[in-house]
Amino acid sequence: MSILVYAEHDNKNLKTETNKTVTAALKIGGDVHVLVAGTNCQSVAEQAAKITGVNKVLVADNAAYEHQLAENVSALVLEIAADYDTIMATALTTGKNFMPRVAALLDVAQISDIIDVESADTFVRPIYAGNAIATVKSLDTKKVLTVRATAFDAAGSDNSAEIVTLSNVTDAGISSHVKDELTVSARPDLGAASIVISGGRGMQNGDNFKLLDGIADKLGAAIGASRAAVDAGFVPNDMQVGQTGKIVAPDLYIAVGISGAIQHLAGMKDSKVIVAINKDPEAPIFQVADYGLEADLFDALPELEAKL
Amino acid sequence: MKVLVPIKRVIDYNVKVRVKADNSDVDLTNTKMAINPFCEIAVEEAVRLKEAGTATEIIVVSVGDKTCQEQLRTALALGADRAIQIETDESLDALNIAKLLQKIVEEEQPQLVILGKQSIDSDNNQTGQMLAALTGMAQGTFASEVVVEGDKVNVTREVDGGLQTVALTLPAIVTTDLRLNEPRYASLPNIMKAKRKPLDVKPAADFGINLTARTSLLKVTPPAERQAGIMVGSIDELVEKLKTEAKVIS
Ligand SMILES: Cc1cc2nc3c(=O)[nH]c(=O)nc-3n(C[C@H](O)[C@H](O)[C@H](O)COP(=O)(O)OP(=O)(O)OC[C@H]3O[C@@H](n4cnc5c(N)ncnc54)[C@H](O)[C@@H]3O)c2cc1C
Repeated sequence: MSILVYAEHDNKNLKTETNKTVTAALKIGGDVHVLVAGTNCQSVAEQAAKITGVNKVLVADNAAYEHQLAENVSALVLEIAADYDTIMATALTTGKNFMPRVAALLDVAQISDIIDVESADTFVRPIYAGNAIATVKSLDTKKVLTVRATAFDAAGSDNSAEIVTLSNVTDAGISSHVKDELTVSARPDLGAASIVISGGRGMQNGDNFKLLDGIADKLGAAIGASRAAVDAGFVPNDMQVGQTGKIVAPDLYIAVGISGAIQHLAGMKDSKVIVAINKDPEAPIFQVADYGLEADLFDALPELEAKL
Repeated sequence: MKVLVPIKRVIDYNVKVRVKADNSDVDLTNTKMAINPFCEIAVEEAVRLKEAGTATEIIVVSVGDKTCQEQLRTALALGADRAIQIETDESLDALNIAKLLQKIVEEEQPQLVILGKQSIDSDNNQTGQMLAALTGMAQGTFASEVVVEGDKVNVTREVDGGLQTVALTLPAIVTTDLRLNEPRYASLPNIMKAKRKPLDVKPAADFGINLTARTSLLKVTPPAERQAGIMVGSIDELVEKLKTEAKVIS
């Protein structure tokens, strides 16, 4: 068996989610190679080579891959696909974007967002916003999978795998990058943080999200939001937690002024400990909370910050 | 410019699905069904392009049994011009759906295909990308803004770090995210008018594609229930519990 894991990175840093996808690959078992496609991404390759259990790192360093354009990256993966039984990527925006292209070009199904590996061809994945868990067997000879990183522990980093440079360059020429508008934050990544505090429509406006800042500072937490808070323009889209946003599973998740719609729960209910602060005792979020506090958030948040 | 919008009939987003007692699948008997919310956003975007004079014709297509005609009619009431049902009783893998849609793309030659980024039942997030691959088109997934300019479309995408804008050569594929637009409601006169708009039914078997299943659903189980929690009476109590009982803060 040989498995290719596609690395998620920003040309400088490897995302820790890749270590988790490697864990999923190791659970399938076999030789694990990591592909780093990007530009000036040698340091990412070096980080990938450290991941425990990885046998080889392939680097495709070219401007065509700088922005992870799906048309170019999928063509690259396709060129080396013959060497692998299983091709995996993390179910983050890059993987979600290009992997189905790879699957279609290989004429195989993709199994998305796996949360467990039962065998080399059988995988477990949530469906219906996590309200049902499906066990799915792939009938194709080659498997294309995306992995829900929160479901796997990160592989360690005590390795020094061989790094091989690929000379393949494919620029499909039908898409180009125009610009990025990325949110700059000194806080930990939502997906990687061990504590997340999220605000919902109950926060009333973007300014009030400052009430979460002091608490997040004290706890080293990331800040998230519900769809309602994002749609209303309180905070940017990359803060949305949920079925169709980011999936998080921190040690502690604090939901503030969030009602607990199934779509929101889908993104956070695997958190270890859930705290809900809501003024409505009937809010469904209390049904999944380990600790619920019925309170007005405008009283509760300043007090919480003071007492931490 | 012709715009093709593939749509899917799914469980209504307000309904919490139940798992069948024999764990063979979910139980959709007597469940309220609707257009997948992301597909509805796709229809709305096409209608706005038509209102802006960019699109000339909007074709909606759905793969499914007779019941999906209800969603096709809804899309017609929202402003699509005509509909195609690719008829099948089977629940097909995304790859096979994409192969059927590829045939429709070949027949209709749309300049833009707009799909939902994922359906809220299978949560696969695949069909648009697969269709792009099969047709050799560029893709702008998870779109929050779509601007057609000459022979290009600029798509602003919701990505993990914020927003990314790409320029795609037409014809191209777009998949919608939540912030692309807020879909309108169909008016009663438009619902009446939609009944007379053309709806073609084409059996899936007539497309000459091998539609053999690529995956097999072995079982479906309910998710693990969380242990019931407690209500705390004060912030002091909350902080105390988090420190000494849950031990998640120090
Ligand atoms: C296709 C689709 C995809 C979706 N994807 C997502 C997703 O990924 N993530 C997501 O979050 N949602 C998603 N949703 C939306 C979801 O259905 C809900 O609409 C949304 O989660 C509601 O956000 P909210 O809890 O902040 O707002 P509301 O439901 O309005 O809840 C606000 C809560 O704040 C409380 N509150 C108000 N004022 C105060 C106060 N002063 N003090 C304390 N509490 C207060 C209220 O009691 C209420 O419980 C999706 C919906 C659809 C249709």
